[in-house]
Amino acid sequence: MANRAFEVARLPGFRTIALTAFVLLYLPIITLVIYSFNAGQSVAVWEGFSLDWYAKAWENEAVKGATYRSLIIAATASAIATTVATMAALGTTRRKAFKGQTAIYVMINQPLMVPEIVTAVALLIFFASIKVATGYTGLWYLIIAHAAFCVPFAYLPIRARLEGMDLTLETAAGDLYASHWQTFRYVTLPLMLPGIIAGAMLAFVISLDDVVITEFVKSGGQDTLPTYMLGQMRRAITPEVNAISTVLLALTVALLTAFFLLTRKNDK
Amino acid sequence: MKTIITATAVLLASTSLAAAEGELQLYNWGNYTSPELIKKFEADTGIKVTVTDYDSNTAALAKVEAGGSGFDLVVPSANYIPIWVSKGLIQELDDSKLPNKGNIAPEWVNVPWDEGRKYSVPWQWGSVGVAVNTSVYDGDINTSDIFLRVPDELKGKINVVPEMTDVLNMAIFNVGGEACTEDVEVLKKVRDLVLAAKEDWLSMDYGATEKLSNNDWAASVNWNGSSMRARVANPDVAFGYPREGYPLFMDSVALLSDAKNVDNAYTFINYIMEPEHAAMISAFARYANGIAGSEAFMPEDMKTAPEVVAPAEHAKAGRFLPTCGAKSQEYLTAIWTELQK
Amino acid sequence: MSAETDAETRKTRNAWLLSTPALVLLLFAASGPLLIVLTYSFLAPGEYGNVVWDFDLRGWISILYTKDIFDGTYHLADAHLSIFWRSVKLSLMTTAVTFAIGFPTAWFIATRPPAQRAFWLFLITIPFWTNLLIRTVAINEVIRNEGLLNTFLIWLGVIAEPIRIIYTDTAVLIGMAYVYLPLMVLPLYAAIDRFDMRLLEAGYDLYASRGQVLRRVILPIVKPGIVAGSILVFVPSLGAYVTPRVLGGGKNMMIGNFIELQFGQGRNWPLGAALSMTLLCVVMVALLIYVRAANKGDNQNG
Repeated sequence: MANRAFEVARLPGFRTIALTAFVLLYLPIITLVIYSFNAGQSVAVWEGFSLDWYAKAWENEAVKGATYRSLIIAATASAIATTVATMAALGTTRRKAFKGQTAIYVMINQPLMVPEIVTAVALLIFFASIKVATGYTGLWYLIIAHAAFCVPFAYLPIRARLEGMDLTLETAAGDLYASHWQTFRYVTLPLMLPGIIAGAMLAFVISLDDVVITEFVKSGGQDTLPTYMLGQMRRAITPEVNAISTVLLALTVALLTAFFLLTRKNDK
Repeated sequence: MKTIITATAVLLASTSLAAAEGELQLYNWGNYTSPELIKKFEADTGIKVTVTDYDSNTAALAKVEAGGSGFDLVVPSANYIPIWVSKGLIQELDDSKLPNKGNIAPEWVNVPWDEGRKYSVPWQWGSVGVAVNTSVYDGDINTSDIFLRVPDELKGKINVVPEMTDVLNMAIFNVGGEACTEDVEVLKKVRDLVLAAKEDWLSMDYGATEKLSNNDWAASVNWNGSSMRARVANPDVAFGYPREGYPLFMDSVALLSDAKNVDNAYTFINYIMEPEHAAMISAFARYANGIAGSEAFMPEDMKTAPEVVAPAEHAKAGRFLPTCGAKSQEYLTAIWTELQK
Repeated sequence: MSAETDAETRKTRNAWLLSTPALVLLLFAASGPLLIVLTYSFLAPGEYGNVVWDFDLRGWISILYTKDIFDGTYHLADAHLSIFWRSVKLSLMTTAVTFAIGFPTAWFIATRPPAQRAFWLFLITIPFWTNLLIRTVAINEVIRNEGLLNTFLIWLGVIAEPIRIIYTDTAVLIGMAYVYLPLMVLPLYAAIDRFDMRLLEAGYDLYASRGQVLRRVILPIVKPGIVAGSILVFVPSLGAYVTPRVLGGGKNMMIGNFIELQFGQGRNWPLGAALSMTLLCVVMVALLIYVRAANKGDNQNG
């Protein structure tokens, strides 16, 4: 049965396009990794192999701090964004049109509709008045700002998943006297999980990449990796950042490998 | 997940201790602050320095003006210092706390943007000129015609940095006008000149150090320090000082009016006017610094670099750009928009 | 009051309750502060950036009409229009390209055995763990004249002279498609993954051709994913500026760069604010039309 479905699902050319896409996706990444081992100052002229930039990055407190901060903000902000987006998606899909539905939809997608610089200026002015009033200048401003613009990125995949998701299983669960919570926990949630994972991953990378809003909202000592790089861009980007990126990539790959080895064991 | 939450909590707690003892918040251009200098300063004084980057004068100004930024020191460019002063964002310096102030080289004391250095002390200065790969074009490079009336050899191979004020004022100088001019005839010529020249430009981008080194660009409007780095990687690259006039820049350290760590800020300002320390700043970012006697501590390759030590016949063409008024600003933005439409 | 309307009211209330956390967050840190921008669009520009608190409509007027700086007459702002048009054109092309590549990719992932799917999904996002800037620089390294691609093609003997891609619209398109690909693949995957492959069998059993199955069976069901994906790609690409600048060489502005110019070197915040509000309205209207059109005849699911 399952096997037959896979046969049927094969569309001509799709596999080739997909695999080509993966190769193309990693081509720039490979050059990036190669240049992290450059002996020279440049990210574009190869001058021989060395590990200098790894040593430099390791000694550079500013870069280490920025990397760490980027990860903290991305993890916290995407967790918040995914949670509220999941709730909103549950609230706004799979029901008859209701008053204000369009308003909610527009509100949730609003961060997508204006260039970042606009939100950045607005937040700068708004948060500055809070900073002056409360004296608090911590990381939460950045986390909240990131969480807000990550909401549509998390919401849309979750909604796409939910829309037209089969209702019969949930109805069946209700018929079997499962409570609302039980139905949600054991039926709805597992069904919508791929959407949630997709949304969370998007939110995470979007936060990790943000420059403009971060640049305007950050307080003293709150540079993230992208704002640190932005400062470098006008003068010269050195392979130091390539080295950090490579380490991040290696960490991700290692974590994923571990994750898959573990889950595979469970499957058996 | 739990570890993330714990880590977040720790981080949040640590960053809210803003005004702790022995702290200093420096707000400076990215990739501009020598880490060695900061390390030495922290070891010598016990003051912990936090450096935060910005990438444009306007961003830094907007941020500090909005309030609550929590920075102590900022490093604006020359033409922005009067704006900071007029908005009351930076405070007058108390010379009695700055015994090293006498170390400022005489030519950098009475500067047009800060007469007598009441508000600011020099950080670094340099020039905007043209860097040319001489293996592609071996003609005269000390002219802004390089990018305004592009020689055939360089057509389609030259880059112009997207710095509106610098680029347009170089064009104004090229047609014989004054910086920030409001003379319509001059501005018309400037518009026609840049619009025609754009056809021959390859790109308008940053990153000249790399692109000149790897031959992506054969020439670029560029800063002198970056051109020096490019020459080290690619000996064919030479830096030209346009004789029609080219912009000089100087970034100076100023004390914010709402600074919390004022004493530490004074300690730092005084510290960087020590020739040895000023030389550390230059050694990192590759620009000259304006402190007398720092040459002795400079790295060998900078003492003779033609990009840093401008030949006398070209030095006189360098000019500091004044703070352009609203009217001239409107003209320049309109031309720039027309140029990049 | 019938029980049914009661249930309806409760459902509507639940919908709002579930959306509240998201709305509060957005109101606080995204939409709410935009009121500041709206206000600024009606003020006069300050001499050194920022605004002066005088009512002034110049910001709005100069969106469409510019005063000729030389003769003082007003005329249609063709520079603004061509910037706007270029942004729309490039964003549409980016959406089309990401869809052409993203749909097969998402399909491929969704038809892997379940245990492998997460692996392939992560494979899509891993490149995005590196910073946008450094990634764009890396793309540059691949497509430049002496880059990987040209060197490889010359080595293969396919071409004799390097093809110039860098600093062309093609380069921008490649870069934007690269950057926004996951924004297309992930929602598409989420939609395809719940697709019941037995429907395909049914389709083939009824002697439908592959093309017919694709058009009549697959596309309608994954439509929500297509809608989500194209919004996520199209709208942010409208405001993109790092990629156009680095790969396109920055000679021509996109609307994002133009608005940034007003808040930065141009020191005309009210114009920047008015432009942003215009963009917001245009995108909002386009979005509503698009979503409505896409939902038409799709409501049996709703």
